[in-house]
Amino acid sequence: MLAIAIIMLIVSLAILLFKLSLPAISKFGIGFIWGQVWNPISEEFGALPFILGTLTTSFVALLIATPLSISVALFISEICPKKIGHIIGIFVEMIAAVPSIVFGLWGIFSLAPWIQNSATPFLKSTLGFLPLFQGPSYGIGVLAASLILAIMIIPTISSFCREVFRTIPLQTKEAALALGATRFEMIKITILRPSFSGMIGGVVLGLGRALGETMAVAMVIGNSHRLAISILAPGSTMASVIANEYAEASNAMHMASLGYIALLLLVVTLMVNGLARFIIWKWSPKI
Amino acid sequence: MKNIIILGLCLMSFSLGAITKINGAGATFPYPIYSKWFSEYQKNKHDVEFNYQSIGSGGGIQQLLKQTVDFGASDAPMSDEDLKSAAWPILHIPTVMGAVAIVYNLEGAPNNLKLSSEVLVGILMGKIVKWNDPALKLLNPKVDLPDKDILVVTRADGSGTTSVFTDYLSSISQDWKTKVGNGKSVSWPVGVGGKGNEGVTGLVQKSQGSIGYVELAYAITNKLKVFALENSQNEFVLPEIDSTSQSAASLTTKDFSGDLRISLVNAKGKKAYPISAFTYILLPVKQGNVQNKEIKNFLLWALTKGQKFAPELHYAILPKKLSESLIKKITQLKD
Amino acid sequence: MILRKLKNYLFLCLMTLSGVAVLIPLILIITYVIKMGASSLNWQFLTHLPKPVGESGGGMFHAILGTLYLVSLGGFMAIPLGVVLGTYLSELGKGWMATFLRHAIDLFTGIPSIVIGIFAYVLVVVPLKQFSALSGGVALGIIILPVVTRTTEEILKLVSNTTREAGLALGLNRTQVIWHILIKGNRAGIFTGVVLAISRAAGETAPLLFTAFGNSYFSYGLMQPMASLPAQIYTYATSPFEEWQRQAWAGSFVLILLVLGLNLSTRFFMRQKS
Repeated sequence: MLAIAIIMLIVSLAILLFKLSLPAISKFGIGFIWGQVWNPISEEFGALPFILGTLTTSFVALLIATPLSISVALFISEICPKKIGHIIGIFVEMIAAVPSIVFGLWGIFSLAPWIQNSATPFLKSTLGFLPLFQGPSYGIGVLAASLILAIMIIPTISSFCREVFRTIPLQTKEAALALGATRFEMIKITILRPSFSGMIGGVVLGLGRALGETMAVAMVIGNSHRLAISILAPGSTMASVIANEYAEASNAMHMASLGYIALLLLVVTLMVNGLARFIIWKWSPKI
Repeated sequence: MKNIIILGLCLMSFSLGAITKINGAGATFPYPIYSKWFSEYQKNKHDVEFNYQSIGSGGGIQQLLKQTVDFGASDAPMSDEDLKSAAWPILHIPTVMGAVAIVYNLEGAPNNLKLSSEVLVGILMGKIVKWNDPALKLLNPKVDLPDKDILVVTRADGSGTTSVFTDYLSSISQDWKTKVGNGKSVSWPVGVGGKGNEGVTGLVQKSQGSIGYVELAYAITNKLKVFALENSQNEFVLPEIDSTSQSAASLTTKDFSGDLRISLVNAKGKKAYPISAFTYILLPVKQGNVQNKEIKNFLLWALTKGQKFAPELHYAILPKKLSESLIKKITQLKD
Repeated sequence: MILRKLKNYLFLCLMTLSGVAVLIPLILIITYVIKMGASSLNWQFLTHLPKPVGESGGGMFHAILGTLYLVSLGGFMAIPLGVVLGTYLSELGKGWMATFLRHAIDLFTGIPSIVIGIFAYVLVVVPLKQFSALSGGVALGIIILPVVTRTTEEILKLVSNTTREAGLALGLNRTQVIWHILIKGNRAGIFTGVVLAISRAAGETAPLLFTAFGNSYFSYGLMQPMASLPAQIYTYATSPFEEWQRQAWAGSFVLILLVLGLNLSTRFFMRQKS
């Protein structure tokens, strides 16, 4: 029963978004997805820069946050003394409570200058040959947004992983150590391997937050509607453009196009999550 | 301790019974002055509670149309279509005036550099990209402008500020009007976008060689450098409260008698700052509605005694002629 | 052997390093918040209503209460539902409906909070023609629900089948096994999900803008507009006036402390019980 009620809720959300975006769907059709122009005045709309922006920022954020979150979770639950670990754990969960706007303001005033003055010269001198790291840096941009997102999703992933690690019985770990495994081997064999599916679950939760985060991203990504390859350049995400323009949409077609983007965001989320489920199904160790 | 709190809650619930609660929503720009007004107004009139939330001009108009609030507020006037779809006739009541300042951050350069309208459009169109461009040098011959790139910072979110600014740009440049146009969000030819006035302010403060546009109050409180901008009489005018008021000075009583959705950009008058605008309270004309009656009473107060609170919060007061004709208009409405 | 030890050593170093690295941004952000807001953080801030610009003092009492109210409302609706759904997905969830539900729940975690706000607006505010605490609670509930569901599902999935079988062998029926062994036995894990979800909901601005709407006064009615800390923080942080900005930072600090307090007190409470 409950399940049906939830499904109804979701279907009604989808219908609502569909109704909202109908004018845009009938005008632009599927071409909306690879349209590159976003001009509210001339009523031309295309979503490609935003789709790419969402995918890039989320991907880079995961790339940074996943290994970090997992090792923090391991650090807390396996390596450091229990009491300290407990405190660090609570600290990490506190990150989740920092309001988006605070992340955003901190991003503009602390993170962006650091990226512009310290991180960019370093990236350029080491990886500058890649088109990914070329062009001028204003501090704010795709990289800044990705970093903020990474910080925001670390608590989600690491808390989740810690819970997963906690379910591993102590005996298994001790058995591995008794057989002469080093701590590293013990962690690799008895913790990481069986927790694989659970860890992916945590990553998916983190990804969900990264895909949908609006306020903080909107403040630091630079909000350019133009396509750019470099992650130093300003960009835009689907969520950020909705947050930026929804309250002040200038005409019906503008509003409908924003609805269309929300609908596309659902599709992207669905695909990304489907992929994660597929990975779990395909590679999780069969017991 | 617990008992006191419970007692307090009980007392509050009793006293709340007689209070008229009025909800309003809309523009962010006038939020500080409105909250000041409501608090001052309540000091003498304890039985009304005005709750104003700044959800944006567009949001204010939408909520008014959907009848979820008792009044709206907006920086940009409502469109004819919106007015037609409203359940009641809606009056635009200007409350105060504001200006958009062109701000910049350039190390070593003095404050109040001069900027002509053509050069401004050139910069925003991406035709002038260096600080030492001959056109800029010509305007500021005494200043040693560096060979530095100009970084244009714009508003990324839809906003009344952008609407006023692009309205001005369209009024001075045919090129801008056809290629970009005016609206709450436009497709900027160059630059990076910050979210909100505070976002643009932050970016300008942090980036050497940047130019941006923000509401006057943000330029003043953050001590940003501002351009003296060329007005319609070819005078260079600083964005200030007085020069903002001046842009409505040339309007006549005749202008005020009809539709009050008046554009003030590039107004006549030697001392007028060219990017100025009204901010409006959107008053639905209802009869036999307690809330509506209280809003009208409040507006009468705001247009008279309330005006004196405006300058300290960096808003420009309305010209006397205008507030007088507004008061006449409001008192003529039936309760 | 040396290689193995070296690997082990390197690995431990890396873990410790990352443990420290993660704390850096947190410490940076919190010290930044304190630095900006400390001067406005006082007793008055916690116990008074806001004052207009130019008048000193004033606080966010109504917003603090409002946030507690809204989060409790959302949690009250979503947490039991989330635990039930998560259990369903992990224990009984087979067939197309479960698959569909699973994807749908995943979907919900990725919806921008502003879209959830619009959804709750259409669902609750428009029919009632009134902004209300209720609609804000619904919006926050929709944010809390998927996180709780997903955590519950994953945690229960990790319980080995032998545990379930042991329960059944003792003569418990399916419901008893689920309630007494699975849910009660894993409440620490489920609780983590709840805390994460609530922390996230407590810091959200966008979904409350068009639902709970905000209030400059103290309110407690379910059908009244209600203030919340993040919305108040947002309004004040984006204003041009320094005193309001400082109040916004102080508000952020209170919000973080609030979540910390919630986290700690529930943890303490749970430890006492077990």
